[in-house]
Amino acid sequence: MNSPWQQRLRGHPGILIAGGVLLLITLASLILPALSPYDYFTPQLDLISRPPMLQGGHLLGTDPLGRDLLIRVLWGCRISLLIALVASLISVVVGVLWGAIAGYVGGHTDALMMRTVDVLYSVPFVPFVIVLTMLFGRQLWLMFIAIGAVSWLDIARIVRGEALSLKRREFIEAARVAGVHGARMIGRHIVPNLLGVVIIYATLTVPTVILFEAFMSFLGLGVRVPLASLGSLIADGASDMQAHPHLLLVPAAVLASIIYCFNFLGDGLRDLLDPRKQT
Amino acid sequence: MSVPMNAEALLQIRSLAVHYPAPNGQFSGDIQALSGVDLDVAAGECVGLVGESGSGKTAILLSILGLLPPNARLAGSIRFHGAELAGMPLKGLNEIRGTRIAMIFQDPMSALNPYMRIVDQLSEVPRVHGGLSRRDAEQRALEMLEAVHIGEPRRRARQYPHELSGGMRQRVMIAMALIAEPELILADEPTTALDVTVQAQILALLQELRERTGAALLLVTHDLGVVAQLADRVGVMRHGRILEQAACLALFEHPQHEYTRSLLAAMPRLKVPA
Amino acid sequence: MSSSAPTRLLEARNLGVSYAVRHAGRQVRLRALDNVSFDLARAETLGIVGESGSGKSTLARALLRLIPVDAGTVRLHPAIDLLRLRGTALRSVRLRLQMIFQDGIAALDPRQRIGEALEEPLLVLKPQLSEAQRRARVRALLERVGLETGHLGRFPHEFSGGQAQRIGIARALMVEPEIVVCDEPLSSLDVSIKAQITALLLQLKQDLHLSMIFIAHDLPAVQQLCDRVLVLYMGRVMEIAPSKALFQRPRHPYTRALLQSVPIPDPRVARGRRTAPLAGEMPSSLAPPSGCVFRTRCPYAVDRCAREVPLLRTIDGSEVACHRAEEIDGSRT
Repeated sequence: MNSPWQQRLRGHPGILIAGGVLLLITLASLILPALSPYDYFTPQLDLISRPPMLQGGHLLGTDPLGRDLLIRVLWGCRISLLIALVASLISVVVGVLWGAIAGYVGGHTDALMMRTVDVLYSVPFVPFVIVLTMLFGRQLWLMFIAIGAVSWLDIARIVRGEALSLKRREFIEAARVAGVHGARMIGRHIVPNLLGVVIIYATLTVPTVILFEAFMSFLGLGVRVPLASLGSLIADGASDMQAHPHLLLVPAAVLASIIYCFNFLGDGLRDLLDPRKQT
Repeated sequence: MSVPMNAEALLQIRSLAVHYPAPNGQFSGDIQALSGVDLDVAAGECVGLVGESGSGKTAILLSILGLLPPNARLAGSIRFHGAELAGMPLKGLNEIRGTRIAMIFQDPMSALNPYMRIVDQLSEVPRVHGGLSRRDAEQRALEMLEAVHIGEPRRRARQYPHELSGGMRQRVMIAMALIAEPELILADEPTTALDVTVQAQILALLQELRERTGAALLLVTHDLGVVAQLADRVGVMRHGRILEQAACLALFEHPQHEYTRSLLAAMPRLKVPA
Repeated sequence: MSSSAPTRLLEARNLGVSYAVRHAGRQVRLRALDNVSFDLARAETLGIVGESGSGKSTLARALLRLIPVDAGTVRLHPAIDLLRLRGTALRSVRLRLQMIFQDGIAALDPRQRIGEALEEPLLVLKPQLSEAQRRARVRALLERVGLETGHLGRFPHEFSGGQAQRIGIARALMVEPEIVVCDEPLSSLDVSIKAQITALLLQLKQDLHLSMIFIAHDLPAVQQLCDRVLVLYMGRVMEIAPSKALFQRPRHPYTRALLQSVPIPDPRVARGRRTAPLAGEMPSSLAPPSGCVFRTRCPYAVDRCAREVPLLRTIDGSEVACHRAEEIDGSRT
């Protein structure tokens, strides 16, 4: 079966490779911890900070509390990916609706909505999260909200621009003449025709979100012990960099790969969904 | 139906066929744009090619100047003054393009460089091919703008394409085509994108310029009215073949092929009182 | 029901549309339509002809309330002030006044199957209908426009221009409108398809007793379809006349030039023409000529034409906006 999609994918091996790697990491993070004799939270004080070794069971070594680093890193992936996907989802949904409504309705509504975005843009992110953490403590769900609350701004702007140009297209005029308006117009005609752009920017939002989370964990604002995210692992590893470099290098390498793959995926999707399609 | 070689013909096309190989796995067959096309254009003659979209008429023009897309496969012969154009290397084609054979496109906006002033685009050919100095080339450009009846030619010459109306841009394109005094002009639906009153002006202009310069014109259109006004001979095309070729009046009065008859019948015309 | 005298279904008076543009670094207003008035009777087809820049598409959009109107009124029988309606009232008027767009494929949402697209006007404007009733209506109209029900699951890009136009026509007729505005429905079609669609419109006009406003630059099609014709130039009305009168005896110099410019597929008449009926270019809408806007290209222009805007006046059943209409008629060029 040779659908036009498959043909175009063939010209973009990067998408398949990046997608494949991400899939692998996700599956590994979900399945491997169950298969391992080690867990991520029980300290083993006789095996502190061992370097990676091929025999002896700890493939990537151990952390300062003797816990297997591989399992810690895989758990860190789980948490980081979970936060990334949920927060990205929140930001996409909020951003798309905000931008689509602002762009389609136009006029004062548009002005008000986009000025709000401008104001929010200027809110300093870190103090904002610090305040939230002080109010609600260090919760996982707080991460979703805090990060999602900031990342929707870019998507809102882009979607608004697309909605503005869509508004002038003939099929939107035809829909208006057919009586379509309000929620149906936005939900049935505007948003579906934006999806191409949204998918691309959503995929590119994910690395930003992961980095945000990593940064916050690095500052000590992120997940609580004994849970770890890639960011907190990097923070921990950084403090012990000289003596035990593997504690920093392993989570950093994994984080970098994940971010690289998402960026690659987003770029590839942008090329793929480009209107310059030749059939 | 073999056509004898006409020793005086400026352009002789024999058995021209163009096909595009199918992209892998998409279709079971190739796309045949042209097959078995035989056509002559004599010096100073106007030949009109009529057909609907997809009939292959534009492909003929593109084949002559080697402007087909890279995946096109061309077979057959295209002789200009006896020289074989099909498969001619780029160097040879570049000497002919613009100087001996010129082309007028359908959409003037896409054929004109939006970032260059009119005078600069017009003087390009005389400077590059004719070896004229900048000043002489610009003078020639102004002469051409007058020849195509553009009002206030000096002012217009300094403008950019977007500042001109559709009709004016088309006149500029005609000026560009004629500036090197070509022997053969290829015109691809030159008036289709224009309003009817401007179309009448452009057609009258083409007629006038043909009479003045003696250039031959190979005109492609879907409008039989255009052909009736300008063409000496007409070819009717469908699905990449020329179904019928005849002198203009003969084609209109005594169409031989059924498709020609249906085309004539479907052609919208104003019912005017005698 | 009512008397046999044709009802004036739509009355447009002094319509004016302008929009703001940036020109030479300043904000100016460009008059796309100026003082346009006309009537539409029941079961009548009014043709609106003009070239690019004449304002005909602007007129279509103004009538369908797709763009704001600066001046004038449009009265819909019996007493509806079309330009003042908003919200629900405006939407209910869409049951009576519909539109067929120029590019059939562009007028359809690329992500919507055409079955849904066809049902949509009924879903929104006639919510009282059941699903079964909607489906039945869709099928009935598909048949009327010559398409098959098998096509319902397809997307717009899978259709040819002619088929897409048929879909557009079906969609416009879904709600059983009284008036259909056709915005250059033939422009993007091939010659043989044009003939088919023209025939279809003629058929529908007769079968459904539609009132139509047919906007086009294609004069032969207008002659075939329209009962009366309105000629627009630079957003102003030049002439309104019954079709026969306009084509046989055009009274406005612009109408004359327009008719003479149409290419004639007959070499005996058309051969070797070296002059065009109308010289010059349409002036920029940013700086329209004073008085009569056509005077810069009119072979009959006199001083009065620059001083006074000619008003539409009736001569022998035709309305003409020309100071010299009576004199010109005698001397045919």
